[in-house]
Amino acid sequence: MVGGLLLVFGLQWLRKAILRAAGLKALHDETALFAEETERARAQAPGDERAGIDPYAFTVSFKGVLLEGLEVVFIVLTFGANQHRIGLAAVAAVAAVAVVVAVGFAVRAPLARVPENALKFAVGVMLTSFGTFWSAEGAGAHWPAGDAALLVIIPGLLIAALTIVSWLRRAAASRLVGRSA
Amino acid sequence: MSAARNVALAVWDFVVGDDWITAAGVAVAIAITAVIASAGAAAWWVMPVAVLVLLVQSVGRALRGG
Repeated sequence: MVGGLLLVFGLQWLRKAILRAAGLKALHDETALFAEETERARAQAPGDERAGIDPYAFTVSFKGVLLEGLEVVFIVLTFGANQHRIGLAAVAAVAAVAVVVAVGFAVRAPLARVPENALKFAVGVMLTSFGTFWSAEGAGAHWPAGDAALLVIIPGLLIAALTIVSWLRRAAASRLVGRSA
Repeated sequence: MSAARNVALAVWDFVVGDDWITAAGVAVAIAITAVIASAGAAAWWVMPVAVLVLLVQSVGRALRGG
């Protein structure tokens, strides 16, 4: 069950990352998005503050953090439960938060400088690989070489995803050449 | 009623996203794996093959959908 959900998440991430890497879906321009969202928020609730808190901004932030946070919690619990080490997964998650906060504080770079699609591509490959592994195990299958099968699944999926990106780029380029001819 | 519907839609969007066919395909692949494994045959290959097919199909649908 959890492996299947992880796999559904992973396939969604990977599909979007492949389309962005192939240039068929717009990369997020974080600077433009921030300006656009800020403008929209100002237009929605101009100066409506209660006890020093803007309720509109609070709701938008809370919703974003809740949704993304739930996704992370779900992934951490899935990894922990599958290895019967939820405590270790929780400690690792807290350590990850500390590392991200420390790096964010040290670098203090805008979000626009984070290689977003490369990160999402890697996360998509990892989620899909672990989802594939655990959903098969959950359904009663036994992997040849046990856990070591991941050492084949992860690079294999990465190669497959990069092959799709390369094929999509070539197809898009040949369409452009065909139109201009 | 409206609140329950909104919650159901949020859960659906959170779990399934914008491609329900891929989610259904994952469920079918897991079921096929379970059937083959319960028969005592090697079933580990089903999920990798299904994942590759679902990924290519999902990308194709996204392209056709614009």
